[in-house]
Amino acid sequence: MPLLKVENLSISFRQYTKAFQQTALIVVRALDLSINPGEMVAIVGSSGSGKSLLAHAILGILPYNASMAGRLYYDDKPLDKKRVETLRGKEIVLVPQGITYLDPLMKAGRQIHNGQRGKAAHQKTLSILSRYGLDEKTAERYPFELSGGMARRVLISSAVYSEPRLVIADEPTPGLHIQAARRVLGHFREMAEKDAGVLLITHDLELARQTCDRIVVFYAGYTIEEALARDFDQVETLRHPYTRALWQAMPQNRFSAEDGRQPAAHINPEGCIYAPRCKDASDLCRQSIPYQPLRGGYVRCIRKEHYDT
Amino acid sequence: MKHLIGFITKNLLRMVLLLLCVAIVTFALISISPIDPLSANVGQTALGSLSAEQIAKLEEYWGVGQPPVTRFVAWAKDFIRGDMGVSLLYRQNVSAIIGERLKNSLLLMTLAWLLSGILGFLLGIIAGARKGSLADKLIQGYCLTISSTPVFWLALILLLIFAVWLKWVPIGLSVPIGVEAADVTFLDRLRHAILPALTLSITGIANICLHTREKLIDVMNSDYVLFAKARGDKTGRIVRRHGIRNILLPAITLQFASISEIFGGSILVEQVFSYPGLGQAAVTAGLGSDVPLLLAITIISAAIVFAGNFTANVLYGVIDPRMRKGVKR
Ligand SMILES: Nc1ncnc2c1ncn2[C@@H]1O[C@H](COP(=O)(O)OP(=O)(O)OP(=O)(O)O)[C@@H](O)[C@H]1O
Ligand SMILES: [Mg+2]
Repeated sequence: MPLLKVENLSISFRQYTKAFQQTALIVVRALDLSINPGEMVAIVGSSGSGKSLLAHAILGILPYNASMAGRLYYDDKPLDKKRVETLRGKEIVLVPQGITYLDPLMKAGRQIHNGQRGKAAHQKTLSILSRYGLDEKTAERYPFELSGGMARRVLISSAVYSEPRLVIADEPTPGLHIQAARRVLGHFREMAEKDAGVLLITHDLELARQTCDRIVVFYAGYTIEEALARDFDQVETLRHPYTRALWQAMPQNRFSAEDGRQPAAHINPEGCIYAPRCKDASDLCRQSIPYQPLRGGYVRCIRKEHYDT
Repeated sequence: MKHLIGFITKNLLRMVLLLLCVAIVTFALISISPIDPLSANVGQTALGSLSAEQIAKLEEYWGVGQPPVTRFVAWAKDFIRGDMGVSLLYRQNVSAIIGERLKNSLLLMTLAWLLSGILGFLLGIIAGARKGSLADKLIQGYCLTISSTPVFWLALILLLIFAVWLKWVPIGLSVPIGVEAADVTFLDRLRHAILPALTLSITGIANICLHTREKLIDVMNSDYVLFAKARGDKTGRIVRRHGIRNILLPAITLQFASISEIFGGSILVEQVFSYPGLGQAAVTAGLGSDVPLLLAITIISAAIVFAGNFTANVLYGVIDPRMRKGVKR
C-alpha cells in the first residue's frame, strides 16, 4: 500500500494574454507517482520542468493563480485541502529549495523548532543540528550570519524536526559539501528504514542513482520514465531516449551533453514532447503517447519496443 | 561603540548646520517679506496720527531700517548664549512663550502621533493579512478618501459634529475659560486636545496604514511565509511570528519620519480649533513680523523634526540584527 499516490496530476496557471483574455498555461501534465513506506524516490528533471510545483501541489501551497487537477492519496485516503492542512508540518514535511525560505529576522533555532518552548525543544534542536555537523552556536544565529550550506542544513533540520512520515525534499543538497550531503541523505535513508517515505527532487542524476530506490524522470512537465536505480547501471536497461541521453551526459560516461533545450511550457506540440529532439522520432510520434509499464518501470514513448532489449 | 559615537557626532554636526540654514532662510524670508511691521502692528490709521519721533521710536523697536545682516548677527549671538530675545508682539520672553506653547503642541502632537501610529499599524495589518477581503477594501477606501481630504475641512466637520452638535468636547482653546491656571488639571488639557489630536491623526493614519499594508502583503508573498504554511501554520500565527517581526521596524521608522507632516498639519488644525500651540504662534508671528518669536519657533520645529528622523535612523541600527551585528564586527 503506497504512502503517497499521485494520479493524473496536472498543474496550470491562469494567464492573461490580451486584456481580459484568460488562457491556462499547463506546466505539469498527467503525472502519476507513488511512494511506498520505506522507499526513497527521486524526481529528476532539468530546471523549469515543474519539480517544485509538484512538491508545492502535494503540500497544498500552490500560488493563488495556479490550479491543479487529478487525485492525491495519502495512506490510501484522498488527500484534499482540508486533510493536508492538518498533516503538513507534522506527518508530511517540505524541505524547501532555497535559503529565501528562512525568515531573515528570526534566529535559526527558533525556525527549527518553530516556536516550541522548553528545554526539550532546545535539546532536540541542538541534536538535529549536530547530526548535520553544525554546533550549538548555529541556533543563535540569524540567517544572514549563515553560509549557504549552513542555511540549507537549517532548512533541512526544521523539516525533519517533527519526525515526519513523508519527506518531500526540493533540491536539498546544492551548496553542501559532499560530506554534509552524504550525512543529510544518510539521515533520509535512516528515516526510510523506519518506514517513512522520501521524495527527493533533484537535477543530479548521479546523486539520485546512488541514494534512491526508484527514479522518475521529468521532462517539460511530463513524467517520461520511471526506472529502478539499478537500471542506470548501464544504458541498455533505460527505457526512454531522453533518459538515455541523460545517462550519456553523466560524467563517468561519455559526457556528451545533448543539443537543444526542453521546450517552454506554452509550446505544446501534439504528440511526443521529446520528438523535436529525438534522434529516432518518426511520424508515429505525432500521436498522443500513453504512459505505459515496461520491465518493472514506466515509459512514455510510442517506440518503446525500440528500446526494449 | 566607536562607530556609534562617530554616527552621533556626525548627526549632531548635521543638525547644527541644518538649524543654521533654517535660521538664515527664515530670516531672509522675513526680510524680503512685503509686510511692513509698523502698519501691520500699529495700524495704518494710527500710524498717520503719530509724530515723527514716535514713528522713529517704533521703527527702532521693530528694527526697521537696520541692515538685515547686523540684525541677524545680533540675534544669533544672543541665541547661542541661550537668550532667545523678547517677542515684539507679546512683549514677553520668547522662551516663556515657547515653553507654554510647546507644552500644548507636544500634548496635541504626541496624542496624534501615537493614535495614528497604533491605529494605522493595526488597520494596515488587518488589511494586508487578508488582501482583497471586505475589511481590506473598507480600510483602503478609508485611507484613499482621507488622504485626499484637506485637513482644515476635516477639522471643521469634526468640530461641527463633536463640539457643536454633540457637545462632547469643548469648541476650542487648550484650557477651560475662566479657570485659574493653577486649577487646570491634566484631564482638562486632554479634553481640549482630544479633538484636534483626532483630526491630526485621522490623516496620519492613512499613510502608515497603506505602508504597513503594502509591506505585509510583500511579507505574506515571501518564501518564508510559504514555508511557514507548509509547516502547518495558520494565517494568524504567520502574521504574529513573521509578519510583525518583518514590518514593525520600517513602520516605526516611517512614523518617526512623519513627525514633520504632523507638525505641518498641526499649524492648520491649531488655527481651526484656536488651540494655542506653536503652530498658531508661528502664524501670528509670521503675519506680525515678530522676528525673534518666529525664528525661535522655526528652529525648535526643525530640531524636533530632525530628532524624529535621527531617532528613526538610530532605531534601525539598534533593533535590526543585520545592522546591529554589522556594527559589532
Ligand atoms: N507563479 C507562477 N506563475 C507562472 N508560471 C510559473 C509560476 N511558478 C512557476 N511557473 C512556471 O512553472 C514551471 C515550473 O516551475 P518549477 O519551479 O516547478 O520548476 P523546477 O523544476 O522546480 O525548476 P528548478 O530546478 O529551477 O527549481 C516554470 O516554467 C515556471 O516558469
Ligand atoms: Mg524548483
